[in-house]
Amino acid sequence: MTDAAAANRASRRKASRVDGTLVAGLALLGLIALISILGPLLSEPSLADVGAVRPRRPPSPDFWLGTDAQGRDMLTLMLNATPNTLKMGLIAGMIGVGFGTLIGLISGQFGGWIDTVISVISDSLMTVPAIAILVIIAGNVSEMTTLIMALVVASLSWMFTARTVRAQVLTVKERGYVEVARVNGEGPMEILFREVMPNVAPYILASFVGTVSAAILATIGLEALGLGAQNELTLGNTIYWAQQSSAVLRGFWWWWAPPIVIIAVIFVGLFLTSVGFDRFANPRLGRE
Amino acid sequence: MSSDLLRYILRRLVQLVLVIFVAVSVNFLIPRLLPGDPVATLIARMQTAGGNQSIDIAAISASYYEKYGLDQPILSQYLNYWGDLFRLDLGVSFANFPEKVTNMILRALPWSVGLLSAATLFSFFVGSWLGARLAWPGAGRVIRTTVPALMVLAAIPFYLLAIILVYIFAVELRWFPPAGGVETTRIMRFEIPTLLDVLHHAVLPFSAIALGNIGFWALGMRSQTVSILGEDYITFAESKGLAPRRVFFWYGIRNAFLPQITALALSLGAVVSGAILVEVIFNYPGLGTLLYTAIRGQDYYVIQGVVLVLIVSLAVMLFVVDLIYPLLDPRIRR
Repeated sequence: MTDAAAANRASRRKASRVDGTLVAGLALLGLIALISILGPLLSEPSLADVGAVRPRRPPSPDFWLGTDAQGRDMLTLMLNATPNTLKMGLIAGMIGVGFGTLIGLISGQFGGWIDTVISVISDSLMTVPAIAILVIIAGNVSEMTTLIMALVVASLSWMFTARTVRAQVLTVKERGYVEVARVNGEGPMEILFREVMPNVAPYILASFVGTVSAAILATIGLEALGLGAQNELTLGNTIYWAQQSSAVLRGFWWWWAPPIVIIAVIFVGLFLTSVGFDRFANPRLGRE
Repeated sequence: MSSDLLRYILRRLVQLVLVIFVAVSVNFLIPRLLPGDPVATLIARMQTAGGNQSIDIAAISASYYEKYGLDQPILSQYLNYWGDLFRLDLGVSFANFPEKVTNMILRALPWSVGLLSAATLFSFFVGSWLGARLAWPGAGRVIRTTVPALMVLAAIPFYLLAIILVYIFAVELRWFPPAGGVETTRIMRFEIPTLLDVLHHAVLPFSAIALGNIGFWALGMRSQTVSILGEDYITFAESKGLAPRRVFFWYGIRNAFLPQITALALSLGAVVSGAILVEVIFNYPGLGTLLYTAIRGQDYYVIQGVVLVLIVSLAVMLFVVDLIYPLLDPRIRR
């Protein structure tokens, strides 16, 4: 058996695994979505108020995930924090992708100095440690809310989409059907939205997954530093409070483990989905 | 030197200057965009934060007014700000008045640089090598099972891995200290026991960053190697009868590695962001912990200073990577 044949067989095995990756990713995300939708309905929100229950209890039949040092039921906390964290990531992700798409379309379609300026700005922003800028903005906002938080995070998560969209517009622009449309007298705007846009759409969708995941990462990071919306129940805030109370050193594993597990499930789900989707959308990747 | 190369360097230089310029300006502008007297707001915030009652409010606010020159027009304030930066004057800390921010940063910097460069380089090279091995035909069972697991692990934010590592190896097993960069009683001198102590404290933070990153580099290297496997020069090298090892290293890795360097440049920012949080988890005496303490104490100059140092040093580092790149890839030079 030659190396080439072995590689071929290996890639065919990979191709059959593609669906598995995508399915596993979507299943994990579905689980999280289920928790987010049913959680607030099934739980009694007042149990997540400070001092609602006896503090620092390990998991028991009454409190399945125990209680934290502020006297909140961890299960209720998690059921309500998960949708809040997701909501923040989705809002920020949508704003980021929307803005990035617009910028990418403009940059790719018009080219010239606009393109140069946009590229330099987005390349520069991509290399800056996001948390540094976020810390400065978040530290100066008088009161943090979910919406401000989403806007702050989105302001630094549009570059990847812009880059992808720009590259796609540049290749699509040279295709024959765009040429035909131009000869038929379509204006630049018409070409952009009727010819280019539909062909770029799958890439926008793919970058949405990455952007949401980056947005959730940034949100949780800011919250873990204590810069989040203080009154919201979120996974990042829970980690912040656990860290503040030295929950790890004092052995309150039920305080920090649940948010970490949920965050891990979200990120692994997003990762598997994007890998699976990537191979699904670009079959060439698996066929090499 | 061709004009293309010159243009490439010039473009990177513009980018470097732009990043530094924007970072400094944002640092300058944001506190001023907010309504009200920034000094009064800050002092009020500090007083409500409470605790440190012994601090000399009058001295602090005088230094603040003098520093900002708040009675001057905004443009001259801005120029003064640049002037201070060129003299490496980042202001004075609130919480540790009258300690200079520059000194605090200089004390923290070696810890962060040491930890981060060691962990990043380790995971970059090991990860890339593992990724290449995984993609190359005939990868062993160990590689085929562990590397994908590491890739999944890399999807999880690595400061969360840090918490888990602390719990297992510091709280339960007590193999490593849970926090700090060195024993608090140790006098820092350059000698073997001190060095061992520092290394002992660095094991867990290092592992957290490395574990969280190896998979990322493996993933990138795997897809690069897969695309290179189909190239004609690989087939040619094989048909020439070259030893598989030689083909792997000199025809495979050498070509697949170049995009990885670009990726390293692009992802350093994210690595630094995560490492800040890892330092916080371990209370490691680097820039991340300094930043966190400053945020907790509303120590504004320190926050500003750390952020500025982070952005500028990273920008300079990227510039250096970009300058090295043409040396590695002769195609760009042409």
